[in-house]
Amino acid sequence: MEKEEKLDYWRKNVRLIRWLLVVWFVVSLGAGILFVKPLNTFSIGNLPFGFWMAQQGSIFVFVVMIYVYAKMMDKIDRDHHADK
Amino acid sequence: MSVENWTYTFVTLTFMIYLYIGWRARVKESSGFYVAGQGVPAIANGAATAADWMSAASFISMAGLISFMGYDGSIYLMGWTGGYVLLALLLAPYLRKFGQYTVPDFVGTRYYSNTARIIAVICAIFVSITYVAGQMRGVGIVFSRFLEVDIAQGVMIGMVIVGFFAVLGGMKGITWTQVAQYFVLIIAFLIPSVALSLKLTGNPIPQIGLVTSDIMPKLNQIQVDLGFAEYTQPFRDKSMLDILFITIALMVGTAGLPHVIVRFYTVRNVRAARYSAFWALLFIAILYTTAPALATFARYNLVESLHGKSMEEIHAMDWAVKWEETKLLQFDDKNGNGVLELTPEAESSEIIIDRDIIVLSTPEVAQLSPWVIALVAAGGLAAALSTAAGLLLVISSSIAHDIYFRLINPHADEKRRVMVGRIMVIVAVVVAGYFGVNPPGFVAQVVAFAFGLAAASFFPVILLGIFDKKANREGAIAGMIVGLSFTLFYIAGTKAHLIFGAEEAWFGNWCFGISAEGIGTVGMLLNFAVALVVSRLTPPPPQEVMDILDELRMPDHVGPAVILDESTE
Repeated sequence: MEKEEKLDYWRKNVRLIRWLLVVWFVVSLGAGILFVKPLNTFSIGNLPFGFWMAQQGSIFVFVVMIYVYAKMMDKIDRDHHADK
Repeated sequence: MSVENWTYTFVTLTFMIYLYIGWRARVKESSGFYVAGQGVPAIANGAATAADWMSAASFISMAGLISFMGYDGSIYLMGWTGGYVLLALLLAPYLRKFGQYTVPDFVGTRYYSNTARIIAVICAIFVSITYVAGQMRGVGIVFSRFLEVDIAQGVMIGMVIVGFFAVLGGMKGITWTQVAQYFVLIIAFLIPSVALSLKLTGNPIPQIGLVTSDIMPKLNQIQVDLGFAEYTQPFRDKSMLDILFITIALMVGTAGLPHVIVRFYTVRNVRAARYSAFWALLFIAILYTTAPALATFARYNLVESLHGKSMEEIHAMDWAVKWEETKLLQFDDKNGNGVLELTPEAESSEIIIDRDIIVLSTPEVAQLSPWVIALVAAGGLAAALSTAAGLLLVISSSIAHDIYFRLINPHADEKRRVMVGRIMVIVAVVVAGYFGVNPPGFVAQVVAFAFGLAAASFFPVILLGIFDKKANREGAIAGMIVGLSFTLFYIAGTKAHLIFGAEEAWFGNWCFGISAEGIGTVGMLLNFAVALVVSRLTPPPPQEVMDILDELRMPDHVGPAVILDESTE
């Protein structure tokens, strides 16, 4: 890989990480703590939504996020022929 | 068969399995001993990481804690899972690419400094010892509760079992026993939870039953009727800021715990490290999303079955009598009106419920067969032993690899390195056992140290080591020292009465009202700030380190992995 391409690969990686960290922040620290009171005015089934995000929802999203990261990185690796 | 016989059978059976696996996985080479030969499949490493991570506390105490804290218990749920996102995105793939054996290896090489390496070694040992003492204690408690074995004897049995497969198989032995232990602990946790969910909500899946049934509205109503806050009400006993800081400290601390990080060194390549983080969190999430549902059901069920009953009615329930004997449940009709009442104040409450009972009593409360109770005992032991094993290996490798091999005798041959590793495991087992029998201070408080210190030391230096090319030796050392000293000072000061037996705490939560559990977040921020500034005022890292860094950022095939010790590779 040339220097330029290496830099490009790294930039794509960092951009992906940045977006995922935004999601991470919003679903846990955001929905589960900072905005839990306003979100509790909504409900999911018989549970206040903010409470559900703090004890259930955020964890589901975390699992999906790590999977998405691994999948997206596979694609970036392939595009840069770095998967062999 | 009686509960006790079932328990003996299950515990013996699972221990035989662990010993057999430990024997099969015995190793001779140092790479097998320290990083399982770097050939563990992603999914197996995920299960091993989950078992490594979920301790006696996660298994036995967490659901109980949540059930008493209500919403505020979310700090553990989000804190101990959210850290895996940081680990998967920011640390694991790069540390795997780096490929050496320990966290201090990375710190020492990336910051071209033995001082930084030694600080990292001290942190790793301190964090792991505080943590392992709690696990050994957990083993002792399970033995004493289920088998009426003395706590000290329980700890001894645990030490022998862990010692056996860790000494013989090192990381390889630990990895494969942890995979087995994961399945034991998750089955043991799920069977009673599913049964209780089915009984109370009609839905076998606790996560769904929690949402669709009317248990939560009913529980909230009961709480209010008895004078408690609603179960779902946020910030009952802690401020929003404190909850936020504690959650961040637990997340960052999780990502910085050496025994978790080191698991990602054992997989085949960078890609496997990414997927293995996914499997790990998936396996962990199965327990971590069940626990809050169990916490809700169990609280509802306990209050419903105990509150407002007469002593005769309570003594008609076998499980209540049994747990009363262990003092985990206590009844006392203080006002003598013939009815036992649960109230928010400890002085007037006539029913005292220990938090550990939530998980331990579930099988009996849900009227399951005796073998399920025995399975829960085996599950608690699996959780404690798997975590203890991972921690013991970190303590052993910190001394045998980071100090002995890297600093004292770099020319040691394979045989000698593995032998020193084995001896250090034995030393660590004995130290852990000692602290298990004579717990230092108040164990639960000491765990706040482990997370706070990991958050304030490892996480910032590893993160900057990967993502900031300007981060240098001076910055890393200054950052670690400032972050650590501040965190240590604050925890010690606010907990002086619990840790040193002082008359009272030296000072209150003067830092914006943040408690000792959350102060690691401030320590981490200080570490980042100092490291960033100092790195920019002092000379940049040498070219070799820049080259390593370029290499670290690329996936596998581009160029060789970093080779440090040619003599042994």
